Order: sequence, then C-alpha cells, then structure tokens
Amino acid sequence: MRIRRKVSMLVLMLFMLSIVAGCSQGGDNGAAQQEGDTIKVGINTELSGPVASYGSNAANGALLAIEEINAAGGVLGKQLDPLSRDCKSIPDEAMSVSAALVGEKIVAQIGPLTSGNVAGSTPVMMENQIPLLAPAATAVNVTVDEKTNKVRDFIFRVCYRDSDQGQRMANFALEDLNVKNAAIYGSTSDDYATGLAKYFKEEFTSKGGTIVAEEGFVNGDKDFRATLTKIKSADPEFIYVPGYYTEVAVLIKQAREMGITCPIGGGDGWDSPDMVSVAGAEALNNTYFTNHYSVEDPDPAIQSFVEAYKAKYNKLPDSFAALGYDAARLLADAIERAGEADPVKVKEALEATKDFPGITGTMSIDENHNPVKNIVVIEYKDGNLISR
Amino acid sequence: MQEFLQQMVNGLSLGAIYALIALGYTMVYGIIMLINFAHGDILMVGAYIGFFSVVVLGTNIFVAMAIAMIACAVLGVVIEKVAYRPLRNSTRIAALITAIGVSFFLEYTTIFFLTPNQRVYPAEAFPVTNYDVMGITLSSKDIFVFISAVVLMVILQYIIKRTKTGKAMRAVSLDKEAAMLMGISVDKTISITFAIGSALAAAAGVMIGVYYNSINPLMGIIPGLKAFVAAVLGGIGIIPGAMVGGFLMGILETLVSGYGSSLYRDAVAFGVLIIILLIKPTGLFGKNTGEKV
Repeated sequence: MRIRRKVSMLVLMLFMLSIVAGCSQGGDNGAAQQEGDTIKVGINTELSGPVASYGSNAANGALLAIEEINAAGGVLGKQLDPLSRDCKSIPDEAMSVSAALVGEKIVAQIGPLTSGNVAGSTPVMMENQIPLLAPAATAVNVTVDEKTNKVRDFIFRVCYRDSDQGQRMANFALEDLNVKNAAIYGSTSDDYATGLAKYFKEEFTSKGGTIVAEEGFVNGDKDFRATLTKIKSADPEFIYVPGYYTEVAVLIKQAREMGITCPIGGGDGWDSPDMVSVAGAEALNNTYFTNHYSVEDPDPAIQSFVEAYKAKYNKLPDSFAALGYDAARLLADAIERAGEADPVKVKEALEATKDFPGITGTMSIDENHNPVKNIVVIEYKDGNLISR
Repeated sequence: MQEFLQQMVNGLSLGAIYALIALGYTMVYGIIMLINFAHGDILMVGAYIGFFSVVVLGTNIFVAMAIAMIACAVLGVVIEKVAYRPLRNSTRIAALITAIGVSFFLEYTTIFFLTPNQRVYPAEAFPVTNYDVMGITLSSKDIFVFISAVVLMVILQYIIKRTKTGKAMRAVSLDKEAAMLMGISVDKTISITFAIGSALAAAAGVMIGVYYNSINPLMGIIPGLKAFVAAVLGGIGIIPGAMVGGFLMGILETLVSGYGSSLYRDAVAFGVLIIILLIKPTGLFGKNTGEKV
C-alpha cells in the first residue's frame, strides 16, 4: 500500500513538473510577442514519418529564404521569426500543429507538403482567416472545393496542379518517347496519385494513345510482382506510376528485376534521394518524372540558390527545398506589398501576385489560387538527375 | 501458362514469408490460447537487428539472420515472462489486450530510438542474380526466401515430432494439468515455444528486409495481420495448418492481383477467407472437437 502511494505521488509530481515546464515555455513566447518587432511565420511540415524527406527539405528551403531576407533587412523593417513544427506526416497532427501556431499569432503558415496533410490543416486556417501557402500540394481540390466549386479563400500553393502534371507526362510520352500505348499502375490511397493517373489517362487517350492496363496499389504495399507480371504480359511501351517514392522505388526495382525494360514515368512524388538508394541506379535508367525545377538549370538565380543551400545544409536542394524557398519568398513579398503583417491583407496581396520570379519558375497566382508556370521533365541516368 | 507459372513463383515466395509468421502465431495459440498480437512487431525488431548486424557488424546475410533469430528468441521469452506469465490465469481478454499493448510498446520504442523513417537494406548484403528458367524469371531472392523458409519449417517439424522438447510442447498444448502431473515443466515449455515462434518471426523479418529492401518501425503490422489470418485459415493452433494457410494466402493474393484486379486484391483474398471459414469454422485443418466438459 505504502509503495503504491509513493508511486502515485511520484507520478503526480512528474505531471506537475511537466505543467510548470510547459508554462515557462509559454511565458517566453508571450514575451517575444509583446516586443512586436518580429513577424511570426509558421512552418508546419513533415519532419518525421513516411514523407519526412519532403517536409524537412521544404522547411530547410523556407528557413534559408527567411535567413536571407532577414540578412537583407527583413520585411517592412521587421525581422521574420520562423516557428518550425513537425506534423509527423499525419493529417490530424497537421491540424493540431496549425491550431498551436495560430495560437502563437502567426501571420501565415508555410506547409504542409502533401495534399492530404494540407487538407488536415485547411479547416483551422480557414476558420482563423490566416493564409496557408502549400509548397507542394498538387491535388486540384487543395485550393478549390470540388463539391461547390468555391475557392478556399486562405489556401494558396506555389506548385502546379496534378492535372498539369499528368498532362505534361502524357505529352512527353507521346511526343518525346514516341510511345503509342501505356499502362497505368499507381497508388490508389490518395487524391494525389489518383488525380495524376486520371489526367494522364485523359490526355493520353485524347491524343490518340491507348491504355493497355490500369492497375493500382495501396500505400504501404511492398509486393508488386503479381500485378507487374500481369502488366508485363500486356506488353506496354510505357508505364505511368504516380505515387510516392516509398512504394515507387520498390516497385521499379521489382519491375526491372522481372525484366520489364520499357520507360517508366511518374510525378513529383518520386523526388527523393531514397529513390536511388532503394531502387538502385541501374534500375532507374530510362525512368522520367515531372518536377518543379532542376538543380542543373544554368539560370544564375537558381545556381546561387543551389550554392547557398549546399553551403548551409551540405546537400543538394531537391524540388521540395526549392518550393519551400519560393513559398517563403513569395510570402515575404506579399507582406511587403500588403504594407502590414495582417493575415487578411497578406491574403489579398497573395491573390494579386503577378510575375513573381521564383526558383521554380516565374509565377502569377490565378483566380483559383494556383500559380501559372512551366513544368520540367527529369530523367534518371545512372543515379543522376538529368533535365529533359 | 508461362505467366501462370511466374505468378506461382511470386505467390510461393510471398506465401513462404506469411507461413513463417503464421507458425509463430499458431504455436503460441496452440499452447496458451493467446493471440500474440505483438508477433508482427517481433518480426520488425528482427528485421532491424538483421539490418544493424549487416551494416554495423558487416556480417553476411545468413549470420545476420542467425543473430536476429537468437536475439528475438530472447526477446520473445522476456515478453512472455514479463507481460503474459503474470496474466496466465486471468481472463483471455486481459491477455489479448496486454498483447496489443506489447505490440504498441515495441513499435513506438523503436520509433523513439530509431526515428519513424524507413531504412534501406544495403544492396551488397544480398547480390541479386536473375535466372531464366523456361521463360520464368527466378531471382536469387526468391530462391533464398523459399529455401530458407522450407528449411526452417523442416527443422521445426523435426523439433516438434522427434525431440523431447517437442513432445513436451504437444503435451502441454493438449492438456496443461495432465502434462504438469507427468513432470513436464509447463513454464519452461511455454518459454521454448515463445523462443521458437519469435525466432521464426525474426527470420521472416530479415527475409522481408532482403526481399523488399526497405524496413520501418511499423512494417510488422500488415504482414502480422495477414499471417494471423493465414493461421486462422489453416486452423489456429495446428502447425501444418499455418504452413498451408500461409502459402494459400500468398498464392491467393497473387492470383487476385494477377488475374482479377489489383484494386480488389485484399477484398477478394479476405472474401475467400470468410467463405472458407463459413464452411469450415475451425479452419482447413481444424477438427471439430466440441467443448470439453
């Protein structure tokens, strides 16, 4: 009995300690806010979990941009104060991180990366009327409610949509690779991949191509050989595999092991260094994916970004890093144009964006909160990324 | 025909992995009537131990597998001693919930120490060569997985049928009290059962690592669940049932994605399962014994 009481006392003490610790942390933040000489920017990205490589690179890009902006004197004479948080690649977690950030009086939020996690965060941002800049959420319905066709007022993105991406790959396959038929084998677990597959199919068939097989897998699958055997016997000239690198890398490896040699294509979900380490450089030859930018681009603005990123993080910036960088710079630009760090005014300024020079292309925001810009196709060659 | 044979190869290697995991479920259930939901997570721990012994200690894959099996055998015994033994005489639901707790404990402890990110089994650990046999592609991975699974199952059969320990295990699963009266140490026999079952799971974990290259802390959930279903399909508690159930499950899944639609793979596979269980509720190898009075 006595022991039990001791244990419960200990638990109680630990509990109280944690509350006290939490309070003191809150106190610090309150103090910072009272000073009012900074503009708080929330960065809510996937720093852990299955798509951690997207989130951490985008956060790195955004932090680099903010550092550069602050070094150049900040925005409206104030320094930007980035609050970077981890949403663990879970939509619910993205929502609670947003709620916490809103509580800290941010002017806008950058992230999360995937369309599903942005959807998790969206209701909080809409309700509190604070703009959300999605660096890489490509699903069409991120900025537009597909049921009512109404624009989601406070949600913006700096990347192109799935429809643009699917169409681009269809045209690339037809015109550059000269294929006439294709198989589609994509993830069925999320809006992103099913959207890509849908728009690829529409464009490919409307331009005279034939789809010889249409299959799907679920995120988390590891065995694709049964379906690949089936696709192999349909003998397609091209296989379109929209999905994320976690599954796609294993899928391509298995396809090549089974002797499927035809070109394979996909979208920006492929963009991760893990692709090469899981699938192997050789298996990835003759594969292509649509992407936001290429590190190889000789444009001086891109090259100086690549250099700065390499100097700070000691690795090459992928698309997500570039998009995070663009999102932060576009936001700073919008705050400047808004004239004050007020979320609603920033939202109006974002809507009025015209010819903003980003690393991932010069963009203007259209009436549906999408940027208008071009799409790159990248080829894997012996483990290196070559822009086509 | 060629395609069908290729699909069979695919199904057999997938089935071999399911069968190995299903054996652990069925052995534990057979002896203490507990569905050990932590089994899939022991597999995950095994995959990680194999990974680290390849990457850090630089062993080859067979040594890595042996190390993983030994370590997980110890882990299995410890889990049984700490979590299940104190509850041996309480209700079955209490033990089941504890098993789920152990499962979460293993998953999130791994996440805490090793992050939730996936890790890649180094390609050098197992060089892949493809053999072309009459138009069917056989990779060295398929052969590795299939042969090691069969060897382990043969060893298991030998232990159970031909050794004193195996006889004790069979006796305990048949009637615990009577076995005790015959001088069999029930606690020791149960420990050995957990050790063997966990070692098989660890072997399956390393195989999954080699076969699919990447591992993560939640990798055990789905194979664990499917192997559990395979064990039920074959008749839970019956060892040959688990093997047949595992292979059946693998082949069924492969055939559905190969000839039906990959979109309905799990739906059809589990649908067939429901039908089999409706016709034969005790599983394919189950006997209708009725309640003992």
